[in-house]
Amino acid sequence: MSSDTDTDPELADLIAQTSEESQGLSRGSGLDRLREMGAVLRLSEADAADLEGEAGDADQTMIINMGPQHPSTHGVLRLMLELQGETVLRTKPIIGYLHTGMEKTGETLTYLQGATNVTRMDYASPLFNELAFALAVEALLGVEVPVRATWIRMLMTEMNRISSHLLFLATNGMDLGAVSMMLFGWREREEVLRFLETVTGLRMNHNYIRPGGVAADLPDGWADQVLALLDLIPPRLEEYDTLMTGQPIWRERLQGVGVITADEAVALGATGPILRSTGYAWDLRRDQPYLAYDELDFDVVVGSYGDAFDRYAIRLNEVRESMKLVRQIVDKMPSGDYRVQDKKVTPPPRARIDESMEALIHHFKLFTEGFQVPAGETYAAVESPRGELGCYIVSDGGAKPYRLRVRGPSFVNLQTLPHMMRGGLMADAVAVISSVDPIMGEVDR
Amino acid sequence: MSASGPEGLRGNVPSGAGKEDGFLNKGLEGLSHNFVTGTLEELVKWARARSVMPATFGLACCAIEMMATGGAHYDLARYGMETFRASPRQADLMIVAGRVSQKMAPVLRQIHDQMMEPKWVISMGVCASSGGMFNNYAIVQGVDQVVPVDVYAPGCPPGPQTLMHAILTLHAKIRSGELTQRRDANGGGGAGIEVTQVDGQTDTGAVRLLQPTTKD
Amino acid sequence: MSDASAEEVADPEDAAPEPEPTPEKHGVPVTDSLGQEVLHPTREQYRDLVETLRGEGYLVCIDLTAVDYLAHPHRETAPGVDPERFELVVSFLSHEHRARTRLRVQVPVDDATVASIVDLHPGADALEREVFDMFGIVFEGHPDLTRILMPEDWDGHPLRKDYGVGAIPVQFKGAGKEERT
Repeated sequence: MSSDTDTDPELADLIAQTSEESQGLSRGSGLDRLREMGAVLRLSEADAADLEGEAGDADQTMIINMGPQHPSTHGVLRLMLELQGETVLRTKPIIGYLHTGMEKTGETLTYLQGATNVTRMDYASPLFNELAFALAVEALLGVEVPVRATWIRMLMTEMNRISSHLLFLATNGMDLGAVSMMLFGWREREEVLRFLETVTGLRMNHNYIRPGGVAADLPDGWADQVLALLDLIPPRLEEYDTLMTGQPIWRERLQGVGVITADEAVALGATGPILRSTGYAWDLRRDQPYLAYDELDFDVVVGSYGDAFDRYAIRLNEVRESMKLVRQIVDKMPSGDYRVQDKKVTPPPRARIDESMEALIHHFKLFTEGFQVPAGETYAAVESPRGELGCYIVSDGGAKPYRLRVRGPSFVNLQTLPHMMRGGLMADAVAVISSVDPIMGEVDR
Repeated sequence: MSASGPEGLRGNVPSGAGKEDGFLNKGLEGLSHNFVTGTLEELVKWARARSVMPATFGLACCAIEMMATGGAHYDLARYGMETFRASPRQADLMIVAGRVSQKMAPVLRQIHDQMMEPKWVISMGVCASSGGMFNNYAIVQGVDQVVPVDVYAPGCPPGPQTLMHAILTLHAKIRSGELTQRRDANGGGGAGIEVTQVDGQTDTGAVRLLQPTTKD
Repeated sequence: MSDASAEEVADPEDAAPEPEPTPEKHGVPVTDSLGQEVLHPTREQYRDLVETLRGEGYLVCIDLTAVDYLAHPHRETAPGVDPERFELVVSFLSHEHRARTRLRVQVPVDDATVASIVDLHPGADALEREVFDMFGIVFEGHPDLTRILMPEDWDGHPLRKDYGVGAIPVQFKGAGKEERT
């Protein structure tokens, strides 16, 4: 062999290249070659089982991180879970991953542009954001919105409530594994979005409800389209009942999961389906009516156990209640103006700009400088699919809000999450988050 | 074949294999093609375009439209793309759907880094493409500040049809091999767009530029 | 809502009418803002007032936020209340009476601390953290006063009026390459 390497330098090269040393392998004894001894866990299985049995020992808990990117479809929410085995002890929701500085941006936009900003907060039910903003601005302006505009607003927001709850049903189903529910929910939602697109021009983030009324009147044939929808959806809801509500697996997974009591919910400021699932019947549409809800007849859906199943059932039945409301609105829709005719607030119709100099000037001023709102401060609240959505505006008399504050229901509702998850299994964490139905756009703004 | 050193030991390889632009370093593009390998490359590109697996990266409103595109009316399943992979290791397309905040940008970068090559990025919506209507302290003005983007889809939010057009554009680019060539020209990133700062600013300040994460 | 006000109508024969006493409720001035009741406690009175209101049935702290009046210092407050730079605005809701009330607490910038009401209203936890993050107002007694929306190591409080929006200038394709001022 040595004679070969002597005579054949290339062979010697090859051997040298493949030898241990040249490839960085050490010549030491076995254990010395390991980088670190601490990586191997030496624990007998019996000892490990004993450890799990010890309750309340803080040293034995484990903190894991869930998110902000995770398969549960609820946006960029990060959770730090303190686990003992599979049981969740404490939770810290960490938000801010979608903070957009909308309240700061709102101070740089005029009141006419403000709706485009706030509409993107709760992006699953954008018309509610616009409504709260418009109500606050109208209170400051002191204008009275025409009755038809009020009823159009009610129609559009109830349709938006239906589409938002369908989104909830779809994502709730998918989070729990009923993937076909995702497709069903989206199928119905597309039909509702089609109607919203016919009226507002956009499928989402409509910028339709503006201070003074709505941006455009309902198109011809809207009633037929709505009634066709009202015929389409109830049989589909029956399908969901078959797929989910009565089904044993669904019930096992949701009943008793994520329980919250009425005291806790009220103390934490929770509103909407979370509060109603505890049996507490508080719905702004009935208890502090806005728009013309006092003229309509509907029920407030309330649960009894405060668990995730109740919240699912409440939202499912709120779709039915919304359809009832929409039917009444279609019957009672008054005629009239779709926005207040105050020229200082409402832009003129486009056709008038060609005819009248004054109209052109008003249009120009309203879209560049905006209309001035008298100084003051006010708070307006609506019942969005997630709870109480409030808008607090401070005006200094200028054309832009001095301070725009939107009280997003999901921001406050997320505080119930640790209380709901305590003592539950980690596998139920997704079910609980899903039942709270947070929309991170309004949590982080 | 006589044993004539290391190259001989590795058997019969095409000439230039070990060189910098040979196929061991550059994949199929580095091959000096004959008929067989040319067709093979076409086959690979055809297969890659038809088996794109998107990663779940829905952030805001655009995520809702992305889910709608996967729904029954617009159906991404016809392209084999309806399964959104939760793990970035299993995905090759990242559709950045929504506004990226300052807090989220490092997370975005980390997820992108975990994806295996070849990987593509579609910037969905105006917020991801340029910061959109939110030109402020909180939003990264364009996700291409953080990850290299291949297709930009405008809209606020882009409807499912716009998103599908973006996806089909991406498929066409994968088929033509344009993307891999462009990446090299730019040192590995971006869609080949060069921006010159004409107003004399050297430090835009509002954007925190991130270093690529190093794999330890 | 019941005002404990005793308005005195000025006698027209007097040279100067007597000033009306400020309407008060629970010992703090109360005003009406477009039909909504607003109370104006001082920072010292704030926490006790919240407790009193709880006793009256205002069980829900519906919103807690702040306003930076740097650019609008002479806004209207209640008579006898000196405006400061920050105002803490806390809204309460009573389910029982279907009533709302709002508190406006003046907070000076050089001593921006207020008592925390988290032990009375646990729902104010995240809301107070947000005010701290956006304005820099410190809440004494809050269990975990850290930033909630911005990254934890962020500098500055974005919603203050002296914090810029942070807009970057938009470049337009084809903009000339001449010298621009």
